[in-house]
Amino acid sequence: MFDFLEGYDLLAAFWVTVKLTVFSAIGSLIWGTLLAAMRVSPVPVMRAFGTAYVNIVRNTPLTIVIVFASLGLYQTLGISLLGGTLDDINFQLAVLALAAYTASFVCEALRSGINTVPVGQAEAARALGLNFRQVLTLVVLPQAFRAVVAPLANVLIALTKNTTVAAAIGVAEAATLMKDMIENESDAIFLVFSVFAFGFVVLTLPTGLLLGWLSKRVAVKR
Amino acid sequence: MSNNLSVLYDAPGPRARRRNHLYTVLFVVALALAAWWVLDTMAEKHQLDGDKWKPFVTDGRVWTEYLLPGLGETLKAALLAILIALPLGAALGIARLSDHRWVRVPAGVVVEFFRAIPVLMLMLFANQAYSEFTTVESEVRPLIAVVTGLVLYNASVIAEVVRAGILSLPRGQNDAAQAIGMRKGQIMVSVLLPQAVTVMLPALVSQLVVIVKDTALGGALLGFEELFTQISLIDSFYANTIAALVVVALVYVVVNTALTSFAGWLEGRLRRGRRSGGVVPPKAAGDPADDLVKLTDQAGGRAV
Amino acid sequence: MKFRRTAAAAAAVLSLSLTATACGSGDDDKIKIGIKFDQPGLGLKTPDGKYQGFDVDVAKYVAKELGYDEKDIEWKQAPSAERENMLSRGDVKLIVATYSITPERKEKVSFAGPYLLAHQDLLIRADDNSIKDVKDINSKKLCSVTGSTSAQNVKKDFAPDAELQRYNQYSQCLTGLENKNLDALTTDDSILAGYAAQDKHKGKFKLAGLQLSDENYGIGIKKGDKDLQTKINKALQKMIDEGAWDKAVKDNFGPANYKNEPAPQITEKG
Repeated sequence: MFDFLEGYDLLAAFWVTVKLTVFSAIGSLIWGTLLAAMRVSPVPVMRAFGTAYVNIVRNTPLTIVIVFASLGLYQTLGISLLGGTLDDINFQLAVLALAAYTASFVCEALRSGINTVPVGQAEAARALGLNFRQVLTLVVLPQAFRAVVAPLANVLIALTKNTTVAAAIGVAEAATLMKDMIENESDAIFLVFSVFAFGFVVLTLPTGLLLGWLSKRVAVKR
Repeated sequence: MSNNLSVLYDAPGPRARRRNHLYTVLFVVALALAAWWVLDTMAEKHQLDGDKWKPFVTDGRVWTEYLLPGLGETLKAALLAILIALPLGAALGIARLSDHRWVRVPAGVVVEFFRAIPVLMLMLFANQAYSEFTTVESEVRPLIAVVTGLVLYNASVIAEVVRAGILSLPRGQNDAAQAIGMRKGQIMVSVLLPQAVTVMLPALVSQLVVIVKDTALGGALLGFEELFTQISLIDSFYANTIAALVVVALVYVVVNTALTSFAGWLEGRLRRGRRSGGVVPPKAAGDPADDLVKLTDQAGGRAV
Repeated sequence: MKFRRTAAAAAAVLSLSLTATACGSGDDDKIKIGIKFDQPGLGLKTPDGKYQGFDVDVAKYVAKELGYDEKDIEWKQAPSAERENMLSRGDVKLIVATYSITPERKEKVSFAGPYLLAHQDLLIRADDNSIKDVKDINSKKLCSVTGSTSAQNVKKDFAPDAELQRYNQYSQCLTGLENKNLDALTTDDSILAGYAAQDKHKGKFKLAGLQLSDENYGIGIKKGDKDLQTKINKALQKMIDEGAWDKAVKDNFGPANYKNEPAPQITEKG
């Protein structure tokens, strides 16, 4: 029944998907937090930059962001990031694009999380003499993060699925392999689809359950 | 928003103001340096040459032959997808709230399944399945495959929005309707659903942004002739990939920003309407976008 | 209820667009021909809504010989993966779209011709003299498109160490080639010549001239339509005899320094 799998390295493709997800998630969490900090900062230029960035990136298709990373950043501007073979560079570019795109959603989630922190908390912190950076990093953000575990989990799940768009620049992840297999094994497309669907259910379901449980555990009781 | 967030820092005194000015200058300089480097490198690689960019301004045919027809296809696919997904999603969402296990559980499985699978894979599969098992003309097949993928995914997302919308209504609505002797179906159709639709309408409009963005996948990997594919057609004639990419990205941003603002406007309007009608207790005034984010989060994974 | 009006408007737009797609019936005095829309030199849609290229010229000539005026031709885009389907379903009558005659394809469709002998080749920068022989390809960065076998074949048969970039369009490869992040774009030399001959690319690229394979371009028709096949073959022969074939080659590939093969013998019979 599974002979249509012969000659295809399914695990390798999904491993690339997992790696794309993990690296992009870390990148988008860092960049998204910085963006959120910019959006609430006392410096108007930074606020404007954060707002403009989020609004532009959120309204651009990920496909364009990824193709732009490859054709614009690498092929035109010559930014090859960490370098290596073409496959390495494409992978890094895909991570960069996914992180840049996902960061805008992380930023929005965090900003709404910051809004859930009661005003009194920040006022009390300021009354103690803490400055902006301290208010944000010691008082507000820790609570905001705990409030946004569930939304961030959704962003993470969306990111996992979005890694398939890297197929547009030839990264050998799951969707690229599925496209090849669908074309070559056209008499088994339902099986092919089921296998890949199962793969993604396995990747996203535990993430949702685990982080859903976590979000309840760490929620700030008010 | 500003009075809500400026709670994070004191009104700047003379030193803080000086420091903020310094940050402003440093940040602007950093941005300007990056921009200068990008533009300089692009100029060096002849990407800023006039003949690459001029067609978009001087040659109206770029718009009438490529960009506008492409945008038309994009919007057609998006509208078809949302209009089909809406009733389907509403049905699934209501089914998930059913009192009967045998309705609730399968609906839940369907919703969770299609939410877990990348929409690109749904499109690829639909495209191949239509090609093998139906006689759809190859010209419209990519459109139908893209719409199918979008419908399957977005119906399951909308199902969650509907469910969240209905659950967000005060319990009294249901109780009162029961008290006057309405049947379950009646309560759903004439009491709960109309109110829920009003609450979730902005969320549905912003879902349209997600759909518009996802159509580009069909362009890149299925050969659906929407806005994104026009890049390669324009490029084949004018040899200006980067310029075409930037212009097409701008078109997407303009269209989606318009949709997002429309959603925000709708949200504000509905909230005012709600307050005067008194159907749902008014919420504390905040950033309309934040409310959108909240509804979005309830729906789960749909915002990206 | 403002939004009810919006919904009505949306429904109106939708029904309009639906009727627009539903129209477009085919009648018999028209001929539908599948070509490429994005292949300079072979089949390219111009901003005027016209079509140009060698395949287009051949298609026009054949259509004329079959009794169709140029304005009776309805051009359809024929993506590589769709060509067999389009013919077997009858979406188009002919396909003239860089369609190599292969035994696998002949199981599903029939061919007339061939009308051009192309070879797989590499497109390289005009100032690049490092690729003279097949063995020079090793250690190079090649570019090709998803779903195309040409790049995989090079990697498998000639250059196991070559790196491979896959995009969705050939034109995307050119950006990297021009900026030296990629070394060669590989596919049929006729396609490559089309890019090299474009005004905007003139002087930037050249063909390596390696002849890695033989590709006989044929005109695809519905399987077993012998009558049509004979007619097309006659038309092609006439095109060659009249010199219209040479003129089409010169018009479309001329500036690329592309050494085209002489007009091929027509072999697809019966």
